[in-house]
Amino acid sequence: MIAEIGHYALVLAFALALAQSVLPMVGAARGIRPWMAFARTAALAQLGFIGLAFLALVACFMRSDFSVLAVYEHSHSQQPMIYKIAATWGNHEGSLLLWVLILALFGALVALFGENLPPRLKARALSVQGMIGFAFLAFMLFTSNPFARLVPAPLEGQELNPLLQDPGLAMHPPMLYLGYVGFSMTFSFAVAALIEGRVDAAWARWVRPWTLLAWTTLTAGIVLGAHWAYYELGWGGWWSWDPVENASFMPWLIGTALLHCETVVEKRDALKVWTILLAIIAFGFSLIGTFLVRSGIITSVHAFAQDPARGLFILAIFVVALGGSFGLFAWRAPALQPGGLFLPISREGALVLNNLLLGVATATVLIGTLYPLALSVISGGTVSVGAPYYLVTFVPLMVPLLLLMAIGPLLGWKRGDLPGALQRLAVAGVFAVFVAGYTLHRETGTSIWAPLGIAVGVWLALGTVIEWIERVKLFRARPRDNWNRARHLPRAAYGMTLAHLGLAIAVIGMTGSSAWKVESVQVMKPGDSITIGRYAYRFDGVMPARGPNYLAERGTFTVTKDGKPYTVLYPERRQYEVQESPTTEAAIQSSLSGDIYAVIGDRAGPDSWTVRIYHQPLVPWLWIGGALMALGGLTSLSDRRYRIGVPNRLPVVQATGA
Amino acid sequence: MNKRLFYLLPIVLLGLFGVIAWYGLAPDRDPSALPSALIGKPVPGFNLATLDPGSGGLTPRDFAGKVTVVNFFASWCVPCKAEHPLLFQLAKDYQVPIYGIAFQDKTEDTERYIREMGSPYSKIGLDQNGRTAIDFGVTGVPETFILDKTGIIRYRLAQPIDPGRLAGEIGPLLKSLAQ
Amino acid sequence: MMLRAVLLVLALAGAALACGLPPPAAAQQTIRTADQPLADPALEARARALMREIRCVVCQSQSIDESDADIAANLRNIVREQIAAGKSEAEIRDYLVARYGDFVLMKPPFNRATLVLWVAPFALALVALAAVAFGWRRRAGAVAAARDLSGAERARLNQMLSEHADPGGGRP
Repeated sequence: MIAEIGHYALVLAFALALAQSVLPMVGAARGIRPWMAFARTAALAQLGFIGLAFLALVACFMRSDFSVLAVYEHSHSQQPMIYKIAATWGNHEGSLLLWVLILALFGALVALFGENLPPRLKARALSVQGMIGFAFLAFMLFTSNPFARLVPAPLEGQELNPLLQDPGLAMHPPMLYLGYVGFSMTFSFAVAALIEGRVDAAWARWVRPWTLLAWTTLTAGIVLGAHWAYYELGWGGWWSWDPVENASFMPWLIGTALLHCETVVEKRDALKVWTILLAIIAFGFSLIGTFLVRSGIITSVHAFAQDPARGLFILAIFVVALGGSFGLFAWRAPALQPGGLFLPISREGALVLNNLLLGVATATVLIGTLYPLALSVISGGTVSVGAPYYLVTFVPLMVPLLLLMAIGPLLGWKRGDLPGALQRLAVAGVFAVFVAGYTLHRETGTSIWAPLGIAVGVWLALGTVIEWIERVKLFRARPRDNWNRARHLPRAAYGMTLAHLGLAIAVIGMTGSSAWKVESVQVMKPGDSITIGRYAYRFDGVMPARGPNYLAERGTFTVTKDGKPYTVLYPERRQYEVQESPTTEAAIQSSLSGDIYAVIGDRAGPDSWTVRIYHQPLVPWLWIGGALMALGGLTSLSDRRYRIGVPNRLPVVQATGA
Repeated sequence: MNKRLFYLLPIVLLGLFGVIAWYGLAPDRDPSALPSALIGKPVPGFNLATLDPGSGGLTPRDFAGKVTVVNFFASWCVPCKAEHPLLFQLAKDYQVPIYGIAFQDKTEDTERYIREMGSPYSKIGLDQNGRTAIDFGVTGVPETFILDKTGIIRYRLAQPIDPGRLAGEIGPLLKSLAQ
Repeated sequence: MMLRAVLLVLALAGAALACGLPPPAAAQQTIRTADQPLADPALEARARALMREIRCVVCQSQSIDESDADIAANLRNIVREQIAAGKSEAEIRDYLVARYGDFVLMKPPFNRATLVLWVAPFALALVALAAVAFGWRRRAGAVAAARDLSGAERARLNQMLSEHADPGGGRP
């Protein structure tokens, strides 16, 4: 019964989406106020219906209703409740429902909080949002119904993939989807602006919070995914340049460029065409990601293996959405009023360079991701593109970008003083070179990238701090003045400082963990001991253990550091009820300088096991940096300007019409 | 004019992606399939013990001068059991010798498998360390290769044989190679 | 059609099992290949470095160094044997490519088929750089043009200044 209610709610939402797509758009074109106002009602009702459907699916999972196909395929009566709930979105159909739910959520948020938006812009944006919802609801209802039934109902389910039975991975899809789908709102606003023919500072200020929200959650989602891979997959890797990973990284890169472009539009009324284009492309990458994961066109551990018919449907959505918006762009963008002038050496100039570097970087990742597919279709050849490719093409692009990031904020708008900026950054430069030299000296034998990466991270971190010092006039004014200035800096400024600092710390973490990882693979018997660096690991044997839906072998390692007791590690090898192959649970002890990481492998004999112990230097810096970036995004989001909004210029808008 | 080109560029790129994706979604395309690197190359050298010691070892010389089918299988492989009856049909319908290679399988398990399922094979080689399979570029079992009279590999199937493929691809190829 | 689909699913299940992902149903391979690390740590380190560049042909998103698949273990031992026998990394790569194709290399080779792949990023970077340089010149010119006052504007400015000139010092 609950499943039927959910299904019916979806059908109602589908019909409503059609109305939401058509009526407000026509209303905005003809100036019919009630039709424009309908967008608000429709968006809120959409959220209601889709929310109801989502809750219905969650209820089916919670009750282990195995007559619903999705529940049968991805749940089990012994599964812990939290994973029964997480299983709702741990499959193709359910995650699609989550996708559409977040789409409706963003529409409803704009409807609720967009009181200051000009009516036509709001109506058009919500209408486009409705169109996207219509397309995806159609996809769901016609090809991927989450409420499909199984008759007769089986007595037991097939269990959620054990790899997904993990708290990190339960949160990873919702975060990512908030990001992906968040860009739909900027897309809708961009298309609405194109239809209206006007992009200005006010538009940028309205759009920016949605971009910030999408970017922040996407950052969190990517970092969560990397963190999960690190502790779950058993060898300490956190990024493998897998096509689906890249599919989340590309919208992040474009989103970063978009965020910075919007600032320029808001402050200087320039770079409008770039902003619109990036807004369209960002969502385009979200759609590409959806396509790659759900169409079965590429192999990936992340892919929901699907049949090509579904792939064609998503491809059609993608081509229509992007083709329409690119067409609109080609037609209307040339007519957009060009904005403020600026010299090449200026903050705008630095941001243009920033966008170009990010754009080329994104294109590089796209080429690497799609090349095997393109080659196999065109000539039947097979190549694979792995990390070594990106190390040679992507990483070198990031170095100038990171260097630039410290300089840009110190340049003035319109006209920047480059020598002055570099002078103020001299301290950062000297320190970075010093650190690079020290690293080179300490860790001989590794490539040039390690000292370079650390140096660039240090440069950016110090440069960001120096910029804040400049703003607050530390050391140049009285402490009371400093405090006043610091208190009254706009939150967006702190957002930038935190985010840039976070990236610098994350870069240092990435460099350390990639360059200086130590691995030791041994066969050990209880009582054996092994020493790596300052740590000694004594293997104390393996004991059976039990969880709610798994049996495990739990190993014990007593670890001493410099001879003194440090910690005890308990890695596990788990066998879940239904799935036949075991999963490993690594035991990790973190500290600021790095992680020690133990994994227990196969039995090598009656009383011995293969054991892997890793030292992962600086890995926690990755997570700290990522968290800081997300925190920076949230800080910016809480800026007064977005809560108060733009002063209402309604009379002027009405006079000029649109 | 330059500006117009710039504005049209996104649509052009989109079209390119669409075309590639369209062909990529073709229903008979398996994205994880690796086309064999050995098509058109001579069969790799090997020397395997056979299940029946009296019949001598298995080497490429056994294939000389005739069109042959080489089938990698194992007793622990479920799809191999499913395709097994089709091997009999293949041998009968096309009068072609089939040589089996047991992949990473214990001798007694292979013997048991052959006792239960019967043997369509002229000889069965034992590749217990899997090295011969790697020389053939095998990624799993079952896999089937077709060699022409001169010992050049002409065809490789990295899946169980099914009736459709047998009639549509394998049969015609065997016929054309036999001439 | 149905049988083909079922057989395909079973074959994929076999591949999934080999990667450690849960399959619907399959049996375990009876002879499993054991890793045989080299005695010489320097050679073992060279072998491991090379393994990280070879893609597992079954679990295609992992290198043979990371993969749990049995065939990955077999390939690891082959790499080790050849390193110990004095073969170079290039020779070992050629050996594997001869059997499995270019796919097996994580770093795609540089040949006619991959020309676009390798050249495109650098070409794009150059184009971007050129666009920046071109934009600079245009922009600098536009700003310079806007900055200078025309003759008429300058005359008007002088007139305004002389009109509002205040001998006593003027308002703050």
